[in-house]
Amino acid sequence: MKPQHPLAQTLVTVRTWPFFIDLAVGLGGIAVFFAILHTAGYWMSAPVPVAFISHSISALPIYAFYSIGRMIIAFLLSLTFAIAYGYIAAYNHRVEAWMIAVLDILQSIPVLSFLYPVLLAMIALVPGHQLGIEMGVILLIFTGQVWNLAFSFYSSLKSIPREMVETSRIYRYSAWQRFWQLEMPYAAIGLVWNSIVSVANGWFALMACEMFSLKGTRFQLPGLGSYIQTATDSGDTRALLCGVAAVVLIVVATDQLLWRPLIAWSDKFKFEQVESAERVTSPILEILKRSKLVTSLPDRIWSRIEEPVYRRMALTHSCHIVQPLDEDQTAGKASAGLWMLAVVAAAAVGWGAFQAILMLQTVTFAELRLLMEGAAASFLRVNCALVLAAAWTVPVGVAIGLNPKFARLVQPVAQVMASIPATAFFPILLMGLVKIGGGLGIGSIALMLLGTQWYILFNVIAGAMSIPSDLSEVSDLYHFTRWQRWTKLILPGIFPYLITGMVTASGGAWNASVFAEYSHLGNRTLQTLGLGAQISSAIDNDRLPIILLATIFISLIVVTMNRLVWRRLYRLAETRYKLEG
Amino acid sequence: MQEAVLLAESQSPATAPDAIIRAERIEKFYTQPSQNRIQVISATNLSIVPGEIVALLGPSGSGKSTMLRMLTGLSTPTAGQVYWHEKPIAEAEVNVSIVFQSFALFPWLTVLENVEAPLQARGVSAAVRRDRSMKMLDTVGLDGFEGAYPKELSGGMKQRVGFARALVVEPEVLFMDEPFSALDVLTAENLRSELLELWANKTMPTKAVFIVTHNIEEAVLLADRIIVLGKNPGHIRTDFRVQLAQPRDRKSEPFTQLVDYIYKVLTKPDVAPDEAPEQQVEPKVRDQRQMHYQMLPHARPGGIAGLLELLLDKGGRDDIYRLADDLSFEIDDLLPIVDAAQLLGFLQIEEGDAVITPSGTEFANSEILRQKELFRDAAVANVLLLRQICRALDAKSDHTVPEDFFLDMLDEQFSEEECQRQIETAVTWGRYAELFDYDAGHRRFVLPDAAEEEVATRQEAE
Repeated sequence: MKPQHPLAQTLVTVRTWPFFIDLAVGLGGIAVFFAILHTAGYWMSAPVPVAFISHSISALPIYAFYSIGRMIIAFLLSLTFAIAYGYIAAYNHRVEAWMIAVLDILQSIPVLSFLYPVLLAMIALVPGHQLGIEMGVILLIFTGQVWNLAFSFYSSLKSIPREMVETSRIYRYSAWQRFWQLEMPYAAIGLVWNSIVSVANGWFALMACEMFSLKGTRFQLPGLGSYIQTATDSGDTRALLCGVAAVVLIVVATDQLLWRPLIAWSDKFKFEQVESAERVTSPILEILKRSKLVTSLPDRIWSRIEEPVYRRMALTHSCHIVQPLDEDQTAGKASAGLWMLAVVAAAAVGWGAFQAILMLQTVTFAELRLLMEGAAASFLRVNCALVLAAAWTVPVGVAIGLNPKFARLVQPVAQVMASIPATAFFPILLMGLVKIGGGLGIGSIALMLLGTQWYILFNVIAGAMSIPSDLSEVSDLYHFTRWQRWTKLILPGIFPYLITGMVTASGGAWNASVFAEYSHLGNRTLQTLGLGAQISSAIDNDRLPIILLATIFISLIVVTMNRLVWRRLYRLAETRYKLEG
Repeated sequence: MQEAVLLAESQSPATAPDAIIRAERIEKFYTQPSQNRIQVISATNLSIVPGEIVALLGPSGSGKSTMLRMLTGLSTPTAGQVYWHEKPIAEAEVNVSIVFQSFALFPWLTVLENVEAPLQARGVSAAVRRDRSMKMLDTVGLDGFEGAYPKELSGGMKQRVGFARALVVEPEVLFMDEPFSALDVLTAENLRSELLELWANKTMPTKAVFIVTHNIEEAVLLADRIIVLGKNPGHIRTDFRVQLAQPRDRKSEPFTQLVDYIYKVLTKPDVAPDEAPEQQVEPKVRDQRQMHYQMLPHARPGGIAGLLELLLDKGGRDDIYRLADDLSFEIDDLLPIVDAAQLLGFLQIEEGDAVITPSGTEFANSEILRQKELFRDAAVANVLLLRQICRALDAKSDHTVPEDFFLDMLDEQFSEEECQRQIETAVTWGRYAELFDYDAGHRRFVLPDAAEEEVATRQEAE
């Protein structure tokens, strides 16, 4: 029970209408229960590959419900997997390098490339129920969300201050205590911010993946993505607009009701020594804090669970000795189990590689050349999009960021814009493009821009806001010219943030290329020369080797860019352009 | 990249009985990516025995922190072995705590939760945990701050939380890694003296303290034993006992001598250190010569009462010179009375003014019998000589004590004449307060008549 003390962090002490809030929370709980019942019923029904999508507005809520349901499950799965993966990677030195390399590569693969393996596996696993298809799509979304969460958790674990780890060792914390009192809280802020990005990626993928074809069969799941796409196909503008509006509404609501309270709450975990003046506030959080149920019930339930665990763990051997921190001295003695695992993994990888090579041999030389041209085209397109995005977001972002009051208003909006899936707007844009008569060559750049420029924008705003005021004062005092201000103050100041934004945007652009370079519009198929288009068309035409090869190309390009360009720039940002000492 | 294997023996007796932690030829190497091995600490022997505060001094880079971590089990030595009560430390149930330079508090836990955490790790139940933690917070002076978060506290308070957390598990050895370096000078002073108080009063069941510091004065102030490390590779250069009695005076000769000696050792890393300077070996047994009597001001109780009444009349506060003027006293005549009243706690001197205290006010306002009572209480509480006379009288079966007994002890401090005067004043006070009486003929202190009778009747009854 937390002692309520006047000197403690001030919670809102005036409690207005607590009963209503408790009631609301209770009702919310009941609603969730019924939702689960309904979904379970739907999943257990016979599989319907092509569900009928009605275009009436009244059908929107149920479609929204299905889409949101998929998102929530995919996100929870991602979170759990990411934490487990990051934990194992951080605490096992032998496999650490491998696991991170695998993460790197998997992160560079566009979501759609996972379509084949994931869906086939899921449908084979659960053949008789709708659940199979649903799980397939959910796992597909998962592949778009999990990697950056895993990275975030892993890097948080590696950067816990040494003395706090030593504290947990010298007082013999159990793994449970260490996890809940040290590791999770330290990683909380990173996880919250990366969750926002992950969920945005998830929506992006979901909107495009609710309709797909696999091995010649078409699949169509009830949800907002299908709604929007079928509305576009049939030319029902009203339904289309309503669908897009629904998506935007959901994203904004998530931001206000979930992300902002979470960010405000996660302030508690900020590892700073002194209270900072600027804090994100959230009225929702304040309301929730007033509810007696919300503040005390989780605590009580949690301590009920915790206490026996602590008592049990205190009896184990590992809680009676001090475990040393440096394990490099003890390296060299791998357990038999680990060796067996390595052998099995090597065998599996070997067999997979062999099969892959066999498959790749069916690719003709002409196709190979086409792929390489596509790679070059996509590469140019992605970088073009990045340059264009930077060209407008940097001036605008700096202008907004240097004006603090304005920035405080605009930054959350930019965050929300980044969360809105551009793929929901693709159909509208495509229609527009077709009307103008342009092809997807330029159009795909526009589509990529739409999806990724917001990342650069809000990172630049954050960067401009963080330029210390005393440096700006110096530039005013010495009457810097515009050019000097930009080259000596602003660009170096926002450099680390700009790089972060560009890397995220670059990854997003490659991911978007699969949808931007190849699209169905009604009966027509729009496409242009590019790797993304080649992957999408290969999926449509059931050409597995092309999918594989094109994926390998994308992965190679992205990973190489990471190593050669982005890492170097990051290091530059860390050493030369870091503002604090 | 020296691989010199200098075996530095610590000078504490190798046969130190029941050393709590014993390090035997421990070394630490780090392997660089280029396969070079850098020796950070060369083969060293070190023991921590109960009852002492050990300070580890050394320049930066000498491996002090590494040594601390090896002694606590946080780091495994590349060679050699560390023993906890003669069991290898990796398998023993070690009970130590560390207080860190950067406090290492968890920002998302309240002060109470931070202090409770180590007890949680030991499976202590919630009620007992809370109780122990609250008591410990009280001991370190943070009563009332249980619900605060670390970012609301100042540096000194954060380190107090660090201490509370370290001591709540009742460690056998308390390790400290430059605990006061991150604090300002005054806070550090405060915490140091509080630590010494806790140690001296045996408020903590800790048997030994091991403090790593780069501050020479701090080491000499706190430690019973100082180990100086050299670097390249880390090795013990000298290890000696500090035998100055607590509380230590920074300005005293032996203190400054020690500091100079250590300074010389540290600034001349290539020269073998000389012997540590001779220190006054203060015997553990306190003998008569150690007793320090306050000099009793030669004032009569009547004078004290009068002064206090006058002071109260003036509103409780007045300048001493003006008081003397009012009474037509010479200042030299007034001062003993003022001193006496101050000794008894009836007034305080603040910037040249005499200020009456609450007990003084009560004294001035009471009637005679009550005044005697108050005087008696104050005298016994504040004057060592009177207290000892009373105790001696109580202890003896015949309830008399010769004057010579006390004269001898006073003789150490005062001249012969002054001793007599001290006894006279003591007798005057004692008689006024009805604490004892003085038989001038036999030159003995006796209990006052009323008490004598009481004792006699009690003895008859038995």
